[in-house]
Amino acid sequence: MAEITQIRTAAETGLAALFERLKGGLPGDVAVREAALSGFATMGLPHRRVEEFKYTDLRALMRDAAHPAEAPSPDETTKAFAEAKAFAEIDAARLTFVNGHRAPHSSELPAGIEVVTMPDAMASGHPLLGFLNAVAIARGNPIYDLNTAFLADGVVIRVPAGLAVERPIHLRFLAAASAPFSTATRILVIVEEGASLTLLESHEGRDGVAYQPNDVIEFVVGDRAKVAHLRLNAEGSESLALSTVTAKLGAEVVFNSLNVVVGGAASRHQVFATFAGEGTNARIDGANMLKGRQHSDATLVVDHAVPHCTSREMFKSVLDDSSVGVFQGKIIVRPYAQKTDGAMKSNALLLGEGATMNNKPELEIFADDVVCGHGATCGALDADLLFYLKSRGLPQALAQSLLIQAFLGEAVESVEHEGARESLIGVIEGWLAARG
Amino acid sequence: MPAVQDTIDRVKLIDVDQYKYGFETEIEMEKPAIGLTEDTVRYISDRKNEPAWLLEWRLDAYKRWLTMREPDWSRVDYPGIKYDEIYYYAAPKANAGPMSLDDIDPEILKTYEKLGIPLREVEALEGVQTRSNIAVDAVFDSVSVATTFKAELAKAGVLFMPISEAVHEHPELVQKYLGSVVPATDNFFATLNSAVFSDGSFVYIPPGVRCPMELSTYFRINERNTGQFERTLIIADKGSYVSYLEGCTAPRRDENQLHAAVVELVTLDDAEIKYSTVQNWFPGDAEGKGGIYNFVTKRGDCRGKNSIITWTQVETGSAITWKYPSCILRGDGSRGEFYSIAISNGKQQVDSGTKMIHLGKNTTSRVISKGIAAGRSDNTYRGLISAHRRATNARNFTNCDSLLIGDQCGAHTVPYLESNNASAVFEHEATTSKISDDQKFYCMQRGLGEEEAVALIVNGFVKDVLQQLPMEFAVEAQKLISISLEGSVG
Repeated sequence: MAEITQIRTAAETGLAALFERLKGGLPGDVAVREAALSGFATMGLPHRRVEEFKYTDLRALMRDAAHPAEAPSPDETTKAFAEAKAFAEIDAARLTFVNGHRAPHSSELPAGIEVVTMPDAMASGHPLLGFLNAVAIARGNPIYDLNTAFLADGVVIRVPAGLAVERPIHLRFLAAASAPFSTATRILVIVEEGASLTLLESHEGRDGVAYQPNDVIEFVVGDRAKVAHLRLNAEGSESLALSTVTAKLGAEVVFNSLNVVVGGAASRHQVFATFAGEGTNARIDGANMLKGRQHSDATLVVDHAVPHCTSREMFKSVLDDSSVGVFQGKIIVRPYAQKTDGAMKSNALLLGEGATMNNKPELEIFADDVVCGHGATCGALDADLLFYLKSRGLPQALAQSLLIQAFLGEAVESVEHEGARESLIGVIEGWLAARG
Repeated sequence: MPAVQDTIDRVKLIDVDQYKYGFETEIEMEKPAIGLTEDTVRYISDRKNEPAWLLEWRLDAYKRWLTMREPDWSRVDYPGIKYDEIYYYAAPKANAGPMSLDDIDPEILKTYEKLGIPLREVEALEGVQTRSNIAVDAVFDSVSVATTFKAELAKAGVLFMPISEAVHEHPELVQKYLGSVVPATDNFFATLNSAVFSDGSFVYIPPGVRCPMELSTYFRINERNTGQFERTLIIADKGSYVSYLEGCTAPRRDENQLHAAVVELVTLDDAEIKYSTVQNWFPGDAEGKGGIYNFVTKRGDCRGKNSIITWTQVETGSAITWKYPSCILRGDGSRGEFYSIAISNGKQQVDSGTKMIHLGKNTTSRVISKGIAAGRSDNTYRGLISAHRRATNARNFTNCDSLLIGDQCGAHTVPYLESNNASAVFEHEATTSKISDDQKFYCMQRGLGEEEAVALIVNGFVKDVLQQLPMEFAVEAQKLISISLEGSVG
């Protein structure tokens, strides 16, 4: 069949025009940006005929290409700071972005950590930027590539070898504008040999504003290092939130990444993790709480490229009203990655009559001495358990809440940082309370 | 953990170079011009003296096919099929529909004897061979050469005949049901089949009848450069039951041959169809040369309430298998089941699985799939379970395990679970079937040796699939029965 002439959507023509307009003013090598956009130029935005976007049709979801926001005024920034609630009670070093721009008044960072702003690093060709784009399986991903093309702000964080950072670093992303805008931020985190870090990441925004954040965080983790990454999506009710985590893990690393979603009209969170050293243990979890017509997609690819690594993935979705949950997980075990131990699980609770869950837990295995499993379930609350609680005198709503909380709790109970765990449990309780 | 030695040995027994059915029968065939044009479609229709409506249907499908593109989403890799270098029809000469076995070319009878398929009823009836009666429809390249036990089946009111015959004898049934499950527009290979399908079996079980014997079709590809495009249509009317078996073999050849079949099953209220396949097409040699490209569309429609369709398959043949026997669970309370063992050796590629589409209330489905990859083969399970808005209380349980033998093969799992109904409950699991020490200890303290204990536990493990096979096929599957899945991965 002949190639079909592509009909461009408003968002696709808008994005191409926007890039032409902005590219001269963006930091770094424009050729890298153009190369990243080349896939987009031929394919356009990914749609449901593209396998990886079968359940999240980005072409349909992104109606217009929003312009990046201007840097916020000091008043706006102050106001946004005051409204920020996520992880607020935790003692952490904070780096804040308002409307995709780094805010000037961020708190002091733990001693020994090196931080360079992304625009400065790009302008000066900082050597740490050599760690960018380290995960092969993320390359060519349309969302990641769009971020590369439009990348406007961000930071590079380096934790030097052997440094155990006690106080978490909190990256706050606040959307404060009242008109639609887009962001493209990139965080590069290099945790050197034997170092450890807890990184909190929160995204909050105003309801009713159709903004489009696209944020990427890249981890490069050295041997025997330990990283905990906790992400909260509390984006505004009309936002289209795209996010990507990439992780390149050395030997004997402990890496945990958890994404909790309560916000956004539509969101897609992608994780691309690759094992580069033996004896590493990675845990990638998620908890989605959706209501109304929210759509949330969790897509992850775990690449066991070396032997003797363990990965655990657990995704919990609670879907109320007519919300749509998507889980696409893929474990790849390369030919020589013997003794791999991988287990992936996606569980969904459908509370609303109109709710939908799409699960695709995929395995791709080329080694014969491995243990890999996947499980996926979806269904309503267990009637027997409900009955038991009600027979103990609990009203229906409370009994339901208890069961949902227990269901979601599994995903957050592995969080080691006590304050962060409490905080995320608070998010779950808040969601349940709002449900009534 | 790696596969145990016993498993490796058993899989080797059915390795590609052990293919037993690779012989060729010398027979004079008549064929149309090579390649596919409108004339080919007309030629086939003319040879079968078909009514105008069927020719129209074929031509529509042909025109549609010209606009379609070969699907490329599956995990199989092949150089591309040259559709203009295939014969689309091949029939033994002088075969104007044999009236009795005596009219059949003795070479063909010999062929089936070699394959162990008795076409002479008398043998079976006299108990020369100790096997129960199975009515057989033997399809040789593009035509059905013999159908046994027709008279006995007719007594029960069961219609079992080549579909080319049914078109003439029961046009109302054929016209009503043909293409009603797999429409002519369904997919590239089904559309091709709709244009050029040659023969296949037609079964109709009248209301309330339990078919008195197993029905079976044996497909044999013999002629060189010929595609086989058979079409099977089975209708189980209200409250009826039938068990249907299908077997397939082909000669050993260096070039690839295309097999693009369509199977349609319809069950009305309270009816049940059990469809079993032992697919043993020539798999190609150890270097991946030759073998059958098996692109098959099989679908059952549980149209009536409380109806049941069960697919059971043992897949060991074909260079490429692309096949997803599916159930549309339309009737309230209907049930779909899929049991599969797929074993790939040499350079075979398997992309197979099922679709369970829950449309009606209280529908249930069960999927058990075991894939074993050895040599340099790739074995993919691809399955869809979906519950639509109105499929209240739909239930699915899926279990798919795979096992690799050696480090040059691949085993993949691509399940899709789509639930649009809060009361639907789906469970998908893949047990990593390490044999539990507790079970082994229990068996051994009862006096079994370790090997025996392992075999016993493993037998219990794969019996999910094998116990679904009718007796007659269980024999063929026997050699697979004790294949251990120890060390399997989800």
